Amino acid sequence: MKKIKFPIKRDQLIAFLMLLPSLILIGLFVYGFIFQTAYSSLTDWEGVALGVKKNFIGLENYKNLFTKLLDVRFRQSLVNTLFFTVFFIAGCLSLGLLFAILLDQRIRYEGVFRLIFLYPMSLSFIVSGTVWRWLLNPKGGINLLPTLIGLQPLEIKWLTDRTQIWQFDWLILPKVFGYILLVVMILLAFRYFRSGRNWGGGIAAMIGLATLFWLISGKANQLQIMNHTEIHGFNLALLGIIIAAVWQMSGYMMAMYLAGIRGIPEELREAARVDGASEVRIYREIILPMLKPITLSAMIVLGHISLKIFDLIFVMVGPDNATTDVPGVLMFLTAFRGNQFAKGAAIAMVMLIIVAVIIVPYLVNTLRTEHEL
Amino acid sequence: MMTKKPINRFLIYFVLVLFVLIFLTPAYMVVVTSFKSPDQIELSRVWELPSSWYFQSYLDAWETFAPNLKNSAMLVVPATILSAILGSLNGYVLSKWKFRGSNILFQLMLFGMFIPYQSILIPLFQFLDRVGLYGTIPGLVMVHVVYGLPITTLIFRNYYAEVPTEMIEAGKIDGAGFFKIYSKIVFPISLPGFVVVIIWQFTQIWNEFLFAVTLTSGTGNTPITVALQNLAGGRAVQWNLPMAGSIMAALPTLLVYLFLGRYFIRGLLAGSVKG
Repeated sequence: MKKIKFPIKRDQLIAFLMLLPSLILIGLFVYGFIFQTAYSSLTDWEGVALGVKKNFIGLENYKNLFTKLLDVRFRQSLVNTLFFTVFFIAGCLSLGLLFAILLDQRIRYEGVFRLIFLYPMSLSFIVSGTVWRWLLNPKGGINLLPTLIGLQPLEIKWLTDRTQIWQFDWLILPKVFGYILLVVMILLAFRYFRSGRNWGGGIAAMIGLATLFWLISGKANQLQIMNHTEIHGFNLALLGIIIAAVWQMSGYMMAMYLAGIRGIPEELREAARVDGASEVRIYREIILPMLKPITLSAMIVLGHISLKIFDLIFVMVGPDNATTDVPGVLMFLTAFRGNQFAKGAAIAMVMLIIVAVIIVPYLVNTLRTEHEL
Repeated sequence: MMTKKPINRFLIYFVLVLFVLIFLTPAYMVVVTSFKSPDQIELSRVWELPSSWYFQSYLDAWETFAPNLKNSAMLVVPATILSAILGSLNGYVLSKWKFRGSNILFQLMLFGMFIPYQSILIPLFQFLDRVGLYGTIPGLVMVHVVYGLPITTLIFRNYYAEVPTEMIEAGKIDGAGFFKIYSKIVFPISLPGFVVVIIWQFTQIWNEFLFAVTLTSGTGNTPITVALQNLAGGRAVQWNLPMAGSIMAALPTLLVYLFLGRYFIRGLLAGSVKG
C-alpha cells in the first residue's frame, strides 16, 4: 500500500503547514547559507567594497590553507584544536566520572556538591574566560597559591608561554592519514566479513591493500605537499585554556554519568553483592560497561564543542595570539577583521567538514535505533 | 550493608572537599577582586581579602554595563518566548502528527544544532545587512530564534513523545482538530517542557558571544558579553571593574541555575540527543 491517500486528511495538512515555516527557515539559514559559504570558499572574494567581483578559483583556497607558507597559522590552529580536544575530552570524562562515582557513595550533602561542580556550566565562556585570564596572570593568581602555605611561587608562564612540545613535521601528515586509513579499513573489513556482508568486506579490504601498497612502495615518501619542512606541536600556552574549559564543562559529564549510574537498577548491584563481589568489581564489571553509550554521546557533544570553540579563547588571549589560535578564532579574524571572506569561508568549511564527519554518523545512528524501537 | 571502612569514607569526603575548593577558587577570586579599590589590587596580594571594602566598582560597572544589560534583556526575552512557542508546535507535529519523511526532516533540522556557526556566519552577516537588520536587536532575536529551533524542537518532541497517543486519539474521536487538541490536551500539560526550554534558551542566548560580536559590534546594541569582552580584552585593565562586570553578567543565569537547577540539568541532558 504505497499509494497516496486522497483526500489527505485536513488536519494532517494543517500539521504540515505549521511545521513548514520552521522547515523553510532551517532550509534557508542552515543549508542555504552553508551552500553559499561553500561557494564563496571557491572564489577569490576579498574586501568590503560594494560590488567586488568574485572570481571562481576552484580549490585554491583550500590548497593554500594546507600547503602555502603564509597560511602556517591555519595549520597550527588545526594542530592546536587536536591537542585541545584530546585533553579537554579526557579531562572532562575523567573528572566527571570521578565526581559521579564519589557522589554515588551515599554522600551527605550530595545536592550541595552537585550544585558546586555544575555551576560553571551556567556561566558564559566570556565570564569564565575573563576570570581565568586573571587567575593565570604569571605574576599572580594560581602561581602564588603555594605561597599561601609558605612555599615558593610557581613560575608557569601560562598563556604567554611560547614552548612547544611533541613537535612533528607537517609533511608526515599524508603518511599518518595513510596509516589511519589502513587501520580503519582493516577493522571495517573484519566487521563486515564477520557479519556476512562480503561485498562491503571485500571493498574495505581492497582499499586497505591499496593503502598498504602506497605506504610501503615509498610513493608516500615522494609526495611533496610543500617544499619546506614545517614544525608543529603542542603549545604549552594552551594548558591554561584547557584547565579553564575542563573547569567549566566537567560538571556536565558528572551530570551525565550520575544520571546513567542512577538509571542502573539497584537489584543488579544487590545481586552482585550477594554473590560476594567487591564494590570495586561491581563498578568495573557492571557499572562502567553500562556507561559506555553515555560516554560515546558525551564525547560527541564535548568533541563538537571543542572543535568549534571560539569565545573562551578569544576572551582569554585576545585576537593577536597566534600560538593559541584555533580555526574558530582564525575564521572570525580572517573574515571579519581581515575582510578575506573567501579564505574565511574555506576555514569555516574545513570546520564544518570535521564536525560533520563526527556528527552525521551519530545522527544517522540515533535515527536507526529509534526505528528499531 | 557491608561494613564500611571509615578510612574510605574519610578519603571520599577529602577528595570531594578538595575539588569543591578548586571549583570555588575562581568565584572567590572574582568576588574578592571586585571589592578592592584599584590601588589595592597588587599582584602579590591577590589572594588576600580587601583591607577595606570598596563598592565603587559596582557603581562604575553598572554605569558602564547598564545599557548592555538592557540590550541583553531586550534580546533574550522575545527570543526565548518565540523559540519556545515554535519549538512546542514543531515538537507537537513531529511527535503526534508524523507523516512520511517527518523523521528525516527532523534529523535534518537537528543537524543545524551541531554546525559550527562560522560556516553560516558570512552569508548571515550579508543577509542581515541587506534586509536592514544588521546591528539591531530584532536582527539578533531572529538569529537566535532560527538557530534555536533544532534544540527547542528536540526537547518538545521528546517531551510530547511521552504523552500517550490514546489521549490524542480520544480527542480526534470527539471531533477535535489539530489546534483544539493542542490547546485543550497538549498545551495544558506542557508546563514542564516550557520551563526546560525557556531556561535552556535563556541561558544560551544570554551567554552567547559569536553572533553578538559579529552582528552588533560597534553599534549601541551590543549585549553584555560583547561589552564585557571589550572591557576585559583591553591591555591596561583595572581588574576590579571587569570582575564586578563579570558578576553582573553572570548573575541572571547563575540565579536561574540556583533556583531552577533541576530543569537546567534536564535541558543539559536533552542536548545530548537521546533519541
